[in-house]
Amino acid sequence: MDVSANRRTKRTASDNKEIISLNNVSKAYSTGAPALKDVDLHINRGEFVFIVGDSGSGKSTLIKLLLRELTITSGDINVMGYDLARIKHRKIPKFRRNIGIVFQDFRLLKDRNVYENVAFAQRIVQKSNKEIRKNVPSILAIVGLAGKYKARPRQLSGGEQQRVALARALVNNPTILLADEPTGNLDPKNSWEIMKLLEQINENGTTVLVVTHNREIVNAMQKRVVTLKKGVIVSDEEKGGYIDED
Amino acid sequence: MRISTLFYTIRQGFRNLFRNKSFTLASIATISSCLFLFGLFYAVITNFQHIVRNAEQVLGVSVFFDEGLEDSRIEEIGQLIAKRPEVASIHFVSADEAWESFKTDYLREYADGFTENPIPQSANYQINLNDVSMQSALVTYLKSISGVREVNYSEIAATTLTGINALIAYVSIGIIAILLAVSIFLISNTVTIGISVRKEEINIMKYIGATDFFVRSPFVIEGMIIGLIGAGIPLGIIYFLYNTVMDYIVERFPALINFLSFLTVQEVFNVLTPVSLGIGVGIGFLGSIVTVRKHLRV
Repeated sequence: MDVSANRRTKRTASDNKEIISLNNVSKAYSTGAPALKDVDLHINRGEFVFIVGDSGSGKSTLIKLLLRELTITSGDINVMGYDLARIKHRKIPKFRRNIGIVFQDFRLLKDRNVYENVAFAQRIVQKSNKEIRKNVPSILAIVGLAGKYKARPRQLSGGEQQRVALARALVNNPTILLADEPTGNLDPKNSWEIMKLLEQINENGTTVLVVTHNREIVNAMQKRVVTLKKGVIVSDEEKGGYIDED
Repeated sequence: MRISTLFYTIRQGFRNLFRNKSFTLASIATISSCLFLFGLFYAVITNFQHIVRNAEQVLGVSVFFDEGLEDSRIEEIGQLIAKRPEVASIHFVSADEAWESFKTDYLREYADGFTENPIPQSANYQINLNDVSMQSALVTYLKSISGVREVNYSEIAATTLTGINALIAYVSIGIIAILLAVSIFLISNTVTIGISVRKEEINIMKYIGATDFFVRSPFVIEGMIIGLIGAGIPLGIIYFLYNTVMDYIVERFPALINFLSFLTVQEVFNVLTPVSLGIGVGIGFLGSIVTVRKHLRV
């Protein structure tokens, strides 16, 4: 067994205040164009952070790196004590179970109902049937879908589908919640409801990162805002706002 | 793995069959078509081989001895022949037995005029071969043994049977190669369709933190069930067809049965059933592994 590799993968103090740490991280795709360049980003446990920027600024690449869907080209990336540059493939599932993820296009299993979509996340972490029967209804109640547990995704509105995705992301009590354009397909009313839910989740101790284009929401919520432009962090402000291009 | 997770995985495997009905049907149809052709070909080819093998057994070599050769030397010659690897069986026919057989086969009532055996030098060994293609080598050897007067054999029959055997082997290889190529093409097409259906589902599972094993298991179970059904259908059809064709031959061409012996349906299916089920389940297993593996690196 490679003990040294394990040591490298797990940080000594995984309950440090800093939960996400990127030092000089660059990511270049095979075409050679850099998607991220020398990015330094440090996020503490319990923070609420907006990642903003135009298309092609590197926001999605950043999310993919944090999920370890992509690997960095150079630098150091550490999430919840996992060194993502060196983590072994077989350890990735365990790492991801501590991260809740919400996408713009919801990504629900279309052939399963609301209950099954949420329960699915619990199956993956091998919860017992008894625990699943207890946890799923309670999380559905939190996101306001208690009465729709039998509905299929196609029978729900965009806002409701995003709530199901949120319930699925939260049911395993993640340490970090990544939301990639969670309001991108929603009307203003539903967008605000989803953001309120994210804020509540954050108030309960979960670190929340939201990638968004929604200027109104970013400006109104007065949270930390990290702005990316062409793969570089151009601004990182506490209680910041949406910075216009140009 | 928890027992509840295991049952969940198996249940999901079965449910997947119904979730993607068109994919399930396409996969079953593909595997069924390939295995139907394979089964049909196997049934025909094994019957050919059976007929040829029977013909080979009838085909024999007769060895006659020099006049007045002592019984001890005849016995020695018999032992030498029996040691040869190509010899399946050897049988001594005395002069009297040969005469009796000749009378029965050809002379019948005309033999009454003979008071003594008119062919006293007709004692011989009847030899059957393992492999008819070795006949000429055996004949050369037999002719070289001292005390052997004559060796009777049919070169044309041996050459023809050897030729048929070679032809069956070449045709078998050719058809199996074509079947394999067609199967791989059809199955890879079906798998490609399956990938597009499954890609998103596998991605979601991986994002949530499912292990490769958890993602793969229901698909593998699904693939194996598809393979099993895909193999079972052609087996049923071939069973029915084989019986029907055999009944038809017996009814319409009874004379054919006298000199051509066919395998029974049980004899064909003793091999065809496990081989087809094995191939079906194997294709399902490998197909699903390959389909899912492409998307596990998320």
